[in-house]
Amino acid sequence: MKLGLTFGAALVASVSWASLAAAQTELSMWYHGAGNEVEANILNGIVADFNASQSDWTVVVESFPQESYNDSVVAAALAGNLPDIIDVDGPVMPNWAWSGYLQPLTIDESIIEGFLPGPKGYWDGQLYSIGLWDAAVALVTRQSTLDALGLRTPTLDQPWTGDEFMAALDAAKASGNYEYPLDLGMAWTGEWYPYAFSPFLQSFGGDIVDRSTYLTAEGALNGDAALAFGEWWQTLFTEGYAPGTSQDPADRDTGFIDGKYAFSWNGNWAALGALNAHDDTLFLPAPDFGNGPKIGAASWQFGVSSASEHPEGASAFIEFALQDKYLAAFSDGIGLIPPTTTSAAMTENYGPDGAMAVFYDLTKAQALVRPVTPGYVVGAKVFEKALADIANGADVADTLDAAVDEINTDIERNGGYGH
Amino acid sequence: MAAITQDNHGLRLIMRYVVLTLIAIIFMFPLVFMVMSSFKPDLQLLRDTSSIRAFLPVGDLSFDNYRDASSRVPIGTFVFNSVLVTGVTVLLSLLACSLAAFSFVFLNWKGRDVLLSIILATLIVPFETIAIPLLLLVSQMPWIGLEGFQVGWLNTYRVQIIPWIADGLTIFLFVQYFKDLPRDLIEASRVEGASWLQIYLKVVMPLAGPVIATAAILKFLVMYNQYLWPLIVVQQETYRPVMVGLQYFFQLNTAWGEIMAYLTIITVPVLAFYLVLQRAFIASIASTGVKG
Repeated sequence: MKLGLTFGAALVASVSWASLAAAQTELSMWYHGAGNEVEANILNGIVADFNASQSDWTVVVESFPQESYNDSVVAAALAGNLPDIIDVDGPVMPNWAWSGYLQPLTIDESIIEGFLPGPKGYWDGQLYSIGLWDAAVALVTRQSTLDALGLRTPTLDQPWTGDEFMAALDAAKASGNYEYPLDLGMAWTGEWYPYAFSPFLQSFGGDIVDRSTYLTAEGALNGDAALAFGEWWQTLFTEGYAPGTSQDPADRDTGFIDGKYAFSWNGNWAALGALNAHDDTLFLPAPDFGNGPKIGAASWQFGVSSASEHPEGASAFIEFALQDKYLAAFSDGIGLIPPTTTSAAMTENYGPDGAMAVFYDLTKAQALVRPVTPGYVVGAKVFEKALADIANGADVADTLDAAVDEINTDIERNGGYGH
Repeated sequence: MAAITQDNHGLRLIMRYVVLTLIAIIFMFPLVFMVMSSFKPDLQLLRDTSSIRAFLPVGDLSFDNYRDASSRVPIGTFVFNSVLVTGVTVLLSLLACSLAAFSFVFLNWKGRDVLLSIILATLIVPFETIAIPLLLLVSQMPWIGLEGFQVGWLNTYRVQIIPWIADGLTIFLFVQYFKDLPRDLIEASRVEGASWLQIYLKVVMPLAGPVIATAAILKFLVMYNQYLWPLIVVQQETYRPVMVGLQYFFQLNTAWGEIMAYLTIITVPVLAFYLVLQRAFIASIASTGVKG
């Protein structure tokens, strides 16, 4: 009798568990971080916490290598095979929203009021994606370098002007202590070019596209400001200030640490390596070329695919992931900038006395998102090619005019991308 | 006079060996670099690239890259997937393409030459141009298997195998080889009362060793190096092949040592396959003039 009762109770319990499991709707999620163990562990932790926190949804993650992630998503969209939740690189988001791969995010937007601007993915007046971190670029150098060259330390309030910046490069060059005064990271290609270098153009007063209409690049990418930028950009290579497109990737990784370069234009993800190598490492703000100092903003973000039949579940997961403890965990794990002051305070490196707190301040003060338009994906590639060509000696005006034509043709071909 | 000829012969032999050794060294360099680098930490690896040390087992050597690569990527799964997909495709391809070639060469049927021309014309069509239409096709293809009726082949082994079974190059290789076989042999077999299937199985294929080896190696390389197709049709790690897996290592700070360790591991099946078939492969090249 006792055995029968026990068996019966076990049966009831197992049936209850089974029905609970059956009641949970599966939400598929694609993530770009395959191969990054730390990132994967943090994300899997959030997913496990979310799955255990409620009984309606179960998120299942499929990871992809970052290099090919966008191609996989576009192919899946064509084949009608998108998951519920996808992550998307901030500047690519408008294209995916415009192409119909994403649907607007229905989270409580009061949660993200205190977020840095970069992680908020707005397109056409609607929130489509939200990031758990941001990334920033700084001019990396050493205090000992500034002292030896007799240079003042620029601050957020008083960044170097363009002339001061060039004087600093001249001083480094004249010292004879470096292979090159400046490492721009020309060995890196792809999104690095528009992300890292278009802020220089914007500081000169130009842009990849005219942001007032988003219907043309005329004037923005080939106007006087852009020409001045292009001439300056070419000088960096022709005058031997920086290694060009043939830079050895190994030098990009270790050149600054090894003392080959006086200054390095690099992201916060490389900051810990520099700090570990030299304890007097400094992260300086971008120079001001006349239109204010600028750096890029926006990194990977979460959104809900248009194919999702359960946007409320997908949004619930994204909202769940926005808790400060998870934002801080990503920052501690992979070194990226937490998007809120409260989460920054919880991190090892971005708290008030954190070694990389300056990046949070840089982002807050200087960040400008890349052009918010579906056409950015084409504009970015055209911009990359133009900058590489100019660095390799192409005529500045002709190259920028050709780039403008290419971007404008693409905009026309796509009916203005909905602008 | 005889002594002078012998000296010349000896000198020529030495020169030949010197040239061949130099060529062999040039071809071996990338492999030696890969294997040596797989045992070095990243910083040392990058610094060694500017000297001969890049090809020598010197400095801080360890198996750390192999350990780290294994924890970053499910290498076993990826190698298994690639070997399975490649092996099955090669076998089915040899069967299908040799049958097709047999039909083109030995059977008389209407439209034979036109169809062969069309198949050969596909050799100049880059795969990239048909990738998207093919993707749309396989995403809607029906299938009846152990799980019952399904629509769509995405995220399966079959989507990586079936579209690659028949191809113009393999058919062309078999056609060329079959054309050189003595017709008398086939006619004698027919006179003896052999069926076409018997001739294919017992006369033609036993003589086709060299072309089978060539076609197998070429197909093996194509399949083992597949990247674009699995990238767009496979969205689950369970079915991913080795070349897509290589992308796992390209993070913000690329792990070069781990990449070399991974490449060393995934090169083993290719080398093993080539070593097994190399004699027949060389014989085939020598006899048909086909370059691999």
